[in-house]
Amino acid sequence: MQIEPLKSKYGQLLRDFYTQLRAIHIDQLERKWITITVIVIGLFVGIITIDAFFHGINPPSKVETVDSATLHLNKEFAEDNLGVQVNNSGGITIRMVAGRYSFFPKHISVPAETKLTFRWVSMDVLHGVHIPMTNMSTMIVPGYVAEITTTFPKPGEYPVLCNEYCGLGHNHMWSNISVIAKEDWTAPVKLPAKGGSNNE
Amino acid sequence: MNDAAERKLALSHLWVAFIAFIVACFMGEYQVLERSGFIPALDSPSVYFASVSTHGVLMAFVLTIFFIMGFGYYIAATSLQQPVWNKPLAWGAFWLALAGVVMAAVPLLTGKASVLYTFYPPIVAHAAFYIGATLLVVGSWVWCVIMLVMFIQWKKANPGQPVPLAMFATAMNAMLWLWTSAGVAVEVLFQLIPWSLGWMDAIDPGLARTLFAWTLHPIVYFWLIPAYTAFYVFVPKQAGGFVFSDEMARLTFILLAVFALPIGFHHLYMDPEQARGWKLLHGIGTFVVALPTLVTGFSVIASLEIAGRLRGGKGLFGWIGSLPWTNTMVLSVILSLLMLIFGGFGGIVNASYAMNAMIHNTAWVPGHFHLIFAGTTVIMYFAIAYYFWPLLVKKPLFSNPMALVQLWTWFIGMSILTTPWHVLGLLGQPRRISTVVYNNLLTLSWKPYELMMILGGLILLGSACLFIYNLAKTQLNPAAEAFEQQIEYAETVTPVESLPEWLNDFKLWNKVIAVLMAISFGYPILQFFFMDTSGSSPWGF
Repeated sequence: MQIEPLKSKYGQLLRDFYTQLRAIHIDQLERKWITITVIVIGLFVGIITIDAFFHGINPPSKVETVDSATLHLNKEFAEDNLGVQVNNSGGITIRMVAGRYSFFPKHISVPAETKLTFRWVSMDVLHGVHIPMTNMSTMIVPGYVAEITTTFPKPGEYPVLCNEYCGLGHNHMWSNISVIAKEDWTAPVKLPAKGGSNNE
Repeated sequence: MNDAAERKLALSHLWVAFIAFIVACFMGEYQVLERSGFIPALDSPSVYFASVSTHGVLMAFVLTIFFIMGFGYYIAATSLQQPVWNKPLAWGAFWLALAGVVMAAVPLLTGKASVLYTFYPPIVAHAAFYIGATLLVVGSWVWCVIMLVMFIQWKKANPGQPVPLAMFATAMNAMLWLWTSAGVAVEVLFQLIPWSLGWMDAIDPGLARTLFAWTLHPIVYFWLIPAYTAFYVFVPKQAGGFVFSDEMARLTFILLAVFALPIGFHHLYMDPEQARGWKLLHGIGTFVVALPTLVTGFSVIASLEIAGRLRGGKGLFGWIGSLPWTNTMVLSVILSLLMLIFGGFGGIVNASYAMNAMIHNTAWVPGHFHLIFAGTTVIMYFAIAYYFWPLLVKKPLFSNPMALVQLWTWFIGMSILTTPWHVLGLLGQPRRISTVVYNNLLTLSWKPYELMMILGGLILLGSACLFIYNLAKTQLNPAAEAFEQQIEYAETVTPVESLPEWLNDFKLWNKVIAVLMAISFGYPILQFFFMDTSGSSPWGF
């Protein structure tokens, strides 16, 4: 492919466009206003981008699929594996299933000031979940695992609320979470597996 | 020009829009009452969600589409000084869209389509709901074609002439709507209709949400552009001044249309089916589209200042007092801008990528869009209606003082409704709940705000009734004498003689939009065909 003729053609087009753009009548005051707004918008975008790239502040966006129709057969989200688990590396993972009309398990206890990784899946329709006064918020779309990592700074009893219309009983879709001071929290004892690894 | 046929066409569309509006207002007040739980006898999730679904469809689709169509026909006929092209086709589109509304209304009102106006698969509605909504949109596409044909015909007949600003904005909106509605049309035609009829077993809700997000942001600009058009072409004249800059107005409409389209993922920030890079890209685009809005704010205030000073206003703020506050158009634009400032502030919070987690799907969100749509946009629909009605029915407005009371009460009611709504969101209340049953102390703090919302809704309902009453009286009053007033488009401070082609045409901008859409939606849509996804079968509600 010939690059040079294309380059000069589009270069010329851009130059013409720029000349015409410069020729537009813009009042002096309006020019100043546009400059200010561009700076303000640039500042906002800059802060968000720096936070995303350097501080890892992002919304939950792990594109991971799961078959919502067979969760009960799926190793990870089988009943025995739900709730709070301490991994071999010491990290805490919380696996939760959303279904009309509750979040399962219905009550969990987690430590405050500790990094927690939530993995939410839906067993039926669209749901959303948030814990008021914290930044634990995500949509739960059937077919996908919604993973979000966060830390709860304050101990207390919090409600876990469904925030997406999921049917006429949507109001009743909620559960509880206890955030316990870090030093008082003990990891749940892992019971001997009832279904075990061969529950597929 | 004898425009009796055009006037009848516009009036019919506007009446459908405002009848849908008043019905939906009654539903809105019922909803705040039911939701608060103060009247136990009202408590019924099935009635509530049928009502919310209908309220959303009537306000977001029926009011807007019919208003924009009627507005467009009259703008095209008067600004181009020519009859509407192919009137039988225009009437066909009207009846098609109306048939679609009736077809969708039956399942909505009988509780067979309580899926909210955003559809939310894998919950499924009766197929008639999706088909009715499709007919409504197809009717609006015919309107788009008529607008674009008139635009092109006028340009051919007047080579090198700048297209009148009002028509430029209206044709731009038609083009924007064709691009905008493509996303939801694909979702409805290839996913929801075949799936609801049982021709397909399963659909991917992730793909459905992505396609809906294609439509969900620019549709807001489709609703808003008539309001912005009035800001530029009617307000300056009504205030007694001039358009600040014709070229900047055109550039603003272009930027709005181009950047409104590729940014829909700010509705999917919290969704697991899209990756963060795409969300961030759309997030940055969302901030870019704030630029034309800020420029519009400047231009409108500047043209009001010119008017205020021409009317003898002195000093830094003296011109504000000398504006004609009793002119419905001028009062509306002032109230509209006030609501835009607060609504825009909330919108920046929503747009701010990860910060969205604080308010996502809480009561904050309906608070925000009521302020920005039902406030900023709909108050300008009122202003346009008050200005158009006498021109359309050839009789003076029944009561200007009543119209002023109506506009003020709409503003006050909207402030009282949406302020507590925002606060409830910050206090963690989810949107879309029909009543509060959480056994938690937190919910006690919600009560006083819900009480305020009932009052706000009541004021709004009263205001809406005044509006309809005034329009009906205007039309039904016996005509006393011949009414000769004509539509007046504002003049520019420095009139434009010639424009570069890209400020007078959409060819370049269609290409730019196509490239931006391919970049921002290409991979995010295609990924669903590469990934190992498992669809959802339909669920009842």
